[in-house]
Amino acid sequence: MEIVFLMFIFVLAIFLGFELINKVPSTLHTPLMSGSNAISGITLVGALALAGSAEQELATILGTAAVALATINVVGGYMVTDRMLAMFKKKQGGNAK
Amino acid sequence: MSAENTELLINLVYVVSAVLFILGLKLLGSPATARTGNLISSGGMFLAVVVTLLDQQIIEYEYILAGIVIGGLIGAVIARMVEMTSMPEMVALFNGFGGLASLLVGWAALSVALLTATAINPVSVFTLVTIFLSILIGGLTFTGSVLAYGKLSEKISGRPFVYSGQRVVNSLILIAVLVCAGLFIQDPSDLNWLYLAVALSLVLGVMFVLPIGGADMPVVISLLNSFSGIAAAAAGFAIGNTLLIVAGSLVGASGIILTNIMCKAMNRSLSNVLFSGFGAVSSSTSTAVIEQGEVKPLSAEDAYYILEAATSIVIIPGYGMAVAQAQHVVKELQQLLEKNDAEVVYAIHPVAGRMPGHMNVLLAEADVPYDLLLEMDQINPRMDTFDVAIVIGANDVVNPAAREIESSPIYGMPIINVDQARTVFVLKRSMASGFAGIDNPLFFKENTRMLFGDAKETLGKLIKAFD
Repeated sequence: MEIVFLMFIFVLAIFLGFELINKVPSTLHTPLMSGSNAISGITLVGALALAGSAEQELATILGTAAVALATINVVGGYMVTDRMLAMFKKKQGGNAK
Repeated sequence: MSAENTELLINLVYVVSAVLFILGLKLLGSPATARTGNLISSGGMFLAVVVTLLDQQIIEYEYILAGIVIGGLIGAVIARMVEMTSMPEMVALFNGFGGLASLLVGWAALSVALLTATAINPVSVFTLVTIFLSILIGGLTFTGSVLAYGKLSEKISGRPFVYSGQRVVNSLILIAVLVCAGLFIQDPSDLNWLYLAVALSLVLGVMFVLPIGGADMPVVISLLNSFSGIAAAAAGFAIGNTLLIVAGSLVGASGIILTNIMCKAMNRSLSNVLFSGFGAVSSSTSTAVIEQGEVKPLSAEDAYYILEAATSIVIIPGYGMAVAQAQHVVKELQQLLEKNDAEVVYAIHPVAGRMPGHMNVLLAEADVPYDLLLEMDQINPRMDTFDVAIVIGANDVVNPAAREIESSPIYGMPIINVDQARTVFVLKRSMASGFAGIDNPLFFKENTRMLFGDAKETLGKLIKAFD
């Protein structure tokens, strides 16, 4: 039953993703990519439990490496997206800089 | 707190995180709210990480801390230092890290699962399939992305690499993957199948990106972006984590949509992009379609006189603007033209540059307001009303061969119809053909004038003429 439950979540999330992303204008496609990149760093959450379980040396090593890599994605992805989005300005009153 | 309550709390917070991710993506729907959206999404991530640390399985924090500090530092430094023109290769690299992380999580999940499995209660087939998938997709995302990074940063040649028998080799690798999957699921305790799976996934990534040329990179980056999400979702299935599944699928869907948009903008199917090196095909046909005429070069001075008299100007940037780092001089010219009471807009082709939205980010960096950037469908109907169209480092996306010459490899691709403007300026380094290696009849049209030289220098001369 758990398999069905997980598949349900998976399918619904994909449909939701299609609906959401279709509304993103093409001018924001690069920030969308780097931002979704950061979200895919969610692997971090999975890696945490594996790195800290101390059950097995191999799992700790692999988990720690995964934590580091996923954190690069999360931190780098969100920061660079913010940096980009800060540059998008509208015409009126947007030329403050 | 009891273990059960903790787990409940963690999962409830995961729901909140998922909502924040969704809200964040929703706010990305408009440039005005996008920055807030990104903040909200990062808040969701922060919550998820913090609450996961409460997990009672976690008894050692040193390694986690080390991983987070190292990864955070590297990520922050890259995010701060990267030039806007290098954004495509950075995104490619990040996709790769995400893929590798999923591979490692899959691997670690297997070794933990094997530890707790007994003869009566073995690891379920479902778990094994998802572990295999997260390793396979993660691995091919990793090497594919690293190769794409190399091509985009020009550390290796961006030319498509095709060899005879490529399809046979790829099919053999795919068969090997399937066989390996079967053996792995049958006997997961034999680690040789695991190692083989890892090796095959890495090889697959290389084989997948190798034949794809630089001009097709927008498609590949989008696809790898999607893969990095799907790999995360697969890892989520493997360890039974719903948040990984939700976030991974959102990213996967996003990448698929972008891939589709890019393919449509090139009038090619995904399989055509992936399996036929574009440059290699076109070089053989290009001799047949040459429609030679006279190229009319123009000095910057003469160009100035035309621009000064113009009242409406459209600028079409391409990858060449990124290479020449010309976005700031472009903006300067725009301001001078506006001071001269001319209307200036930009026309952006979906595949201009090396990733979706590449030009938009560069122009935003130069402080060009985003409402001046028009999409292809908005600009084409009124192209004939513009006095001057200035093409800066774009080639294939303005090539009328896509409309006129049926034998052209890009025939049918939607283009920006610059040739319908009253005068067309083409800023170009030399008469060499564009990235795809196709001749461009635009250069020989009656109303086209060529401004040869480095785009940045040419624009500099124009700006000087205005002063």
